[in-house]
Amino acid sequence: MNFMPGHFNYLVVVFLMMAGFYVVIAQGNLVKKLVGLGLFQASVFILYITMGNLAGGQAPIIAEGVTAYSSPLPHVLILTAIVVGVATTAVGLALVVRIHEAYGSVEEDEIHAEDLAQDEAPLDADATREDQAGQ
Amino acid sequence: MTLWDHLPVLVVIIPLMAGPLCVLTEHPRAAWIVALAAAWLSFAAAVVLAAQVSDTGTISYHLGGWEPPWGIEYRIDTLGSYVLLIVTAIPALVLVAAKESVVHEIPESLIARFYGAFMLAFAGLAGIVATGDAFNVFVFLEISSLSSYALISMGRDRRALTASFEYLVMGTIGATFILIGIGFLYMMTGTLNMQDLAERLPAVLETRAVRAGFAFLTVGIGLKLAMFPLHLWLPNAYAYAPSAVTAFLAATATKVAVYALLRFLFDVFGFEFALRDMPLDHILMILGLAGILTASLVAVFQEDIKRMLAYSSVAQIGYMVLGISLASTTGVIAATLHVFNHALMKGVLFLALGAVVYRIGGVTLRDFAGLGRRMPWTMASIVLGGLSLIGVPPTVGFITKWYLLLGTLEQGLWPVAILVLIGSLLALLYVWKLVEAAYFEPVPEGAATVREAPWSMLLPIWLLVGANIYFGMHTEVTVGLATQAANELMGLRP
Repeated sequence: MNFMPGHFNYLVVVFLMMAGFYVVIAQGNLVKKLVGLGLFQASVFILYITMGNLAGGQAPIIAEGVTAYSSPLPHVLILTAIVVGVATTAVGLALVVRIHEAYGSVEEDEIHAEDLAQDEAPLDADATREDQAGQ
Repeated sequence: MTLWDHLPVLVVIIPLMAGPLCVLTEHPRAAWIVALAAAWLSFAAAVVLAAQVSDTGTISYHLGGWEPPWGIEYRIDTLGSYVLLIVTAIPALVLVAAKESVVHEIPESLIARFYGAFMLAFAGLAGIVATGDAFNVFVFLEISSLSSYALISMGRDRRALTASFEYLVMGTIGATFILIGIGFLYMMTGTLNMQDLAERLPAVLETRAVRAGFAFLTVGIGLKLAMFPLHLWLPNAYAYAPSAVTAFLAATATKVAVYALLRFLFDVFGFEFALRDMPLDHILMILGLAGILTASLVAVFQEDIKRMLAYSSVAQIGYMVLGISLASTTGVIAATLHVFNHALMKGVLFLALGAVVYRIGGVTLRDFAGLGRRMPWTMASIVLGGLSLIGVPPTVGFITKWYLLLGTLEQGLWPVAILVLIGSLLALLYVWKLVEAAYFEPVPEGAATVREAPWSMLLPIWLLVGANIYFGMHTEVTVGLATQAANELMGLRP
């Protein structure tokens, strides 16, 4: 078999995976990071579904004259993984909302700058902490 | 089948059911009672399981009655029962202390949901240990991770949110790496059952797909393990999480990751391939030592004590990784012992910090000034936990250091042994900083008089302190179990 047609899906997987990974690392915006993470996870879904396929295989339902079936197991596995991916994105976005409420920004560098400012003014930080403790 | 036969799955099911139940009660006290009852039931199940395993050997439970490798198998061997004991005992104790601490640190409207997430994390961790199915490991890992992100984000400081987000990104990358690794193994063998994988892998070990899967799995578990240099998420996550969560996660979450690493390296791949054919033993040894030294050194300079102990956790994980890297029975004994012992010490220390937060309001070094007189019992437990961390006899810390040194000297690795001792000296330095502040500095002027922590916090702390000393003097139980577990791990494919 020629390399390109045989491995086309895997090439897509590798491209998506690296693109997602790069976005997670390179983007400073927290929402964009989550988009990258989603892309990264989606590539793995394709990896699993690809490996379940059999050349000339039919859907795994017993029928007359069909001898080759594709494996249904990877699809089932990846259904679970998709649920996990959705849950991860949901938790991540919920965190981003809370971060936006607390910092007024979803840009990584601005959040770091605010944290640094808080560290350099320890008296204020202590005051807020006691306020919170008193509540 | 009687109820007793279902224990392997009950350990996981009880906390899993308790999670939603906690949320449904919507009442802080009721949720706490549900969580506490479920945690102790699960612990009781783990104790009975450990007794069964030592009587009759490995237990294989077929979920829904489907035979493995088609159905999902829960498999409890000596190592599993041993880790399961610690994974269920720690949350049971933490929950006793959590009652007061959580009311103090978390808004009342969130408490029921807090316990819900807590029990889900518990169920996930117990599930990783109980299951014998590789894909199940991934699912349970994500159950425990997703709920720990939520738990960490409930910290009082707003930095808890960013710490939790950072952990979410790195944790998801780690879990996805594990998923890719399992995918490669499935691609080559067509099975997900760990025993079945172990039988089928040798035939295809020399293929690139299996090697790639091996690399993905190791790096993915390394991220969850907070193995140096993949530990960047850990210090912030532990420092800003609510006290009860830090105590729970520090004592169990990374331990379960060590368990998963042992399972995959020794059971699934076989250590001959994992640590001899692949150069992983050298890599793990260098990373372990680097983790011990750099994290201990960073810990010495921390002002926030929770953060200091979080860095110390990274260093302690280094000891476990070092034990594994020796690829000898003694090394594996040291690693499994340290899984148990480190949970005991960090349980004491982080619970005691929770008590300090409860009374004083913070845990910076300044808050510790004169604490030896203000909260004598709490501070005494911190000192004893610290001694265990350093490895002073007769605490459990000494036992692991002893086996680790034995393991390194067996192979003539003198420089490694010396570096381990230097790591212990660094631990002495950062524990001494605490002792100095607590006992040799005066109580700051104008500080409010504080009472000792409530008994509901002191009781679990001192139970754990007792365990630290008891298992340090009566080593038959822990060392016996660890030796048997190590023999099983090393002997599967001699």
